[in-house]
Amino acid sequence: MHMMYFTERPYRDVPEEEVIRNRSFFGVPNTFYDPEVGARYYNEYIDEAIYAEELGFDAIMLNEHHGTPFCMGAVMNVEAAILARVTKKARIVLLGNPLPVLKHPLRMAEELAMIDLISKGRLVPGWVRGAGSEQIFNNANPAYNREYFNEAHDVVIAAWTRPGPFRWEGKHFNYRYINPWVLPYQKPHPPIWIPGVISPETVIWCAEHRYPYIGLGTALHSTVELWNLYQQTAAQEGYVAGPENFGYLQQIHVSDTEEKAQQEGKAALFGGGAANFSRPEWTLPPGYNSKEATRRLARQATEYGFLGITSEKLAEQRGERRDPNEPKGHTRERLMRGEVSIEEAKQKIYAQYQKAQDGLQIVIGTPKTVIPRLKLILEVLRPGVMGLFQAQGPLTTEQRMNSIRLMGQEVLPALREIAKGLGIVDPFERQPGSRQYIAGTQLDPLVDLDALKRAPKRDESVRV
Amino acid sequence: MAEWTEEVTQVAGSNLAIIKGGTGKPLLVLHEELGHPGWLTWHAALAREHTLLIPIQPGLGKSAKIDWLRNIHDLAMWYSWAFREKDLFPIDVIGFSLGGWIAAEMATVNPRQFRRMVLVAPMGIKPPEGEILDIFSITARTSLSYSVYDQDATSEYNKLYGGERTPEQFEAFEDARTENTRLAWEPILNNPVLSHFLEGVTGLPTQIIWGREDATVPVSAAEAYRKALHNTDVKATIFDHCGHRPEIEKSSEFIKLVREFLA
Repeated sequence: MHMMYFTERPYRDVPEEEVIRNRSFFGVPNTFYDPEVGARYYNEYIDEAIYAEELGFDAIMLNEHHGTPFCMGAVMNVEAAILARVTKKARIVLLGNPLPVLKHPLRMAEELAMIDLISKGRLVPGWVRGAGSEQIFNNANPAYNREYFNEAHDVVIAAWTRPGPFRWEGKHFNYRYINPWVLPYQKPHPPIWIPGVISPETVIWCAEHRYPYIGLGTALHSTVELWNLYQQTAAQEGYVAGPENFGYLQQIHVSDTEEKAQQEGKAALFGGGAANFSRPEWTLPPGYNSKEATRRLARQATEYGFLGITSEKLAEQRGERRDPNEPKGHTRERLMRGEVSIEEAKQKIYAQYQKAQDGLQIVIGTPKTVIPRLKLILEVLRPGVMGLFQAQGPLTTEQRMNSIRLMGQEVLPALREIAKGLGIVDPFERQPGSRQYIAGTQLDPLVDLDALKRAPKRDESVRV
Repeated sequence: MAEWTEEVTQVAGSNLAIIKGGTGKPLLVLHEELGHPGWLTWHAALAREHTLLIPIQPGLGKSAKIDWLRNIHDLAMWYSWAFREKDLFPIDVIGFSLGGWIAAEMATVNPRQFRRMVLVAPMGIKPPEGEILDIFSITARTSLSYSVYDQDATSEYNKLYGGERTPEQFEAFEDARTENTRLAWEPILNNPVLSHFLEGVTGLPTQIIWGREDATVPVSAAEAYRKALHNTDVKATIFDHCGHRPEIEKSSEFIKLVREFLA
C-alpha cells in the first residue's frame, strides 16, 4: 500500500467570526491576509513535507484551491516544484490541477514535465474540475466545465506523447504550434490519478482511462457504490480492477493522550470546516453540474437555499413533518437573516464534533485508538493508496508536527502490516488496468461487505 | 378560451417553441434571462391590439438546445434566420433584459427586420457607471429579489416570485441560467462591439424604457444605448421608483407608453 501525507495547507490565522459571518471560507476578504503569516506557513508546510518523507511516507500529496484561507495552495505546481528539489524519494502526488479553470493546458504540460524532470520521475499528476467557487474566481465558464476538462486533458496528454510540432484545433483550445521543449521524465507519461468526492461521471471517466480513483474522505457506503461502478466499467473496458485502481484519503489528528487529541482535534471544525468551504450558490454555479445531478440535488440538498429553494420547501416536498416550534431554516440561512448570532452559529458547529468522529468524517485519538478505525477503512475499501490528511484548523505548529511524528512512527508501520495481511497491492506494484478481464469469469471481491456491516453509518449532514 | 397557445415547430435546423396570443399586428416578444415569466397583465393588455409571438429561447422549456451557438450574437443570428424562414419580417419587437440585448443584436444584423423596437432595460452594453449584476454567482431567488425596487408594492412580482417556488420551477430557472451562462458568461453579460454596431442602425424607431433604481442593469446604460443609436429615431423613458421590471412595477404607465409607441 502506498502511503501519502496530505494537508490542505490552511491559512490558520483567519478570524473565525469572519468565516462564519461570510458563511463561507471562500470570499473572506483578503484584507485579513498578513504576508508575514503567509510567508511563515508556506515554509512550514514545506518543512512538514520533508519531515513526512523522513518518517517514511511514500508520497506527499498536494491540492489546489483559489481565493480561500481554507487552502494556501493557490498555485500548487510552485510548491510541487520546490518539493521536487528538496525531497529525495517521495512521490509528489497532485490531486489535482483544476484543468477547466486554468485555461492553458499546454502551459500545464510544460510545468508538470519540469516538475517530473527535476524530481527525476517522482511526479503523479491528477486532474480535477475545480470547485464551483473556482469557476467564479478564475472566470471559467461553468457551463463548459466538463468540456474544458476533457479537452484540456487530451491536450496535455498529446503534448507529452505526440511528436511535435503539431497543430491543435479543438472546440475550446487552439494551438498553432505544439512542440514543448520539455517532456516528462516518466514514459510514456507520469502515472495519472484522479481524486473525487461523489460524481459517478468522474468514476466512469477514470475507469475508461484506467486511472486510479482516489476517494476524498467519502462515506464508506457510498464509496463502495462508486467503486463497484468503476469495476463494472473496467470489465466493459476489458480489464480487472483491483486495489491498484483505488485510493482513499482520511482526515486524522493524533496526539500523545486521548484527552489532548480530543481537545486539539476540535480545530477541524474551525469556521464550520469543509461544510463552510463555500456558499451553495458558489459551490454550484449554473451549468457546473449535469442536468441530472442538478435535479437530484434539488431534491436532496439539506444545505440552505440551494438554487434558491428554502429547506422548509424541500422538507414539504419530501413530505416531511416539521415541528412548528422548530426554527425555520438551516443555521446559515438563519444567520443570513440575522436570527442567530455568530456565537450561536459557532456553538452549532462544535456540537457536531462527536458525530463527525462517529461517522469517520475525522479520526482523532492516540495511535492506539486511531489504528483500529483506520484498519476498518482498509478492510472495507482495500485501497492501494492511502492518504493521511492532517486535520485542518488553528492547530499550533508543534501540535501538527507531533501528530505527523506519531503518524509516521506508529500509525504508518501498523497500517503497512495490516495492508500486507489483507494482500493490498498499490499502483506501483501492479499497473492499474494491466489484468485482462475474460468475460464470464468470477471477479475477486473488490470490497469487504462483511467489514462494511461493521462500519458506522455516516450522518451526511455533518461535514468536516 | 385560453388567452394563448404554445406550438413547437421545426425551423432553421432546430425545434422552436413559440407562445402565441392576442389579435392584430404581430409583436415579437423576446423574454428575459430566466425565461418567459407567464402571461401577465401587460401581455393581456398588449394582446388586445397585437398578436404576441413569444419564442422560447433555445435550450429552455420545449425549445431544443442549439449546442453550436456560442454567444448572444450567435443567438441573434439564429433568430434572424428562424424568423426569416417563418416570414415574420418586418415585425415590431419588444425585448426584456437579456431579450432586449438579443433584439439590439438583431437590429445590428439588419435593422429592416424590425418595424419598431422597444428595449426594456437591456443588457448588452457595459454601463458607464455601475456594473451589471452578476446573476450567475447568486441564486435565482436572490437575483429575482434584486430585480424590483419595491416588492411589496409590486403585486405581480409577489404573484410570480414572492411565494415559495417548487423544485420543478427552480429547475426551469436553472436550465435558463445554465444556457445563458454558456452564452453570456464572459464578457459579463455584454458585448463590447455592440455599441459600435448600433451606430449603423438607421430607420428603426426605438423606445428605450428603464427604471431609475434598476439594480440589475444600472440606468446609466440607458444613455449609452441612446447615444449608440444616434443614427436612428430613439427615445429613452426612465421611470422613477422603479427597478429592472417596469412592465410589472409601473404596469399601467408601461402599457400606455408601449401602446402609443407601437400604434
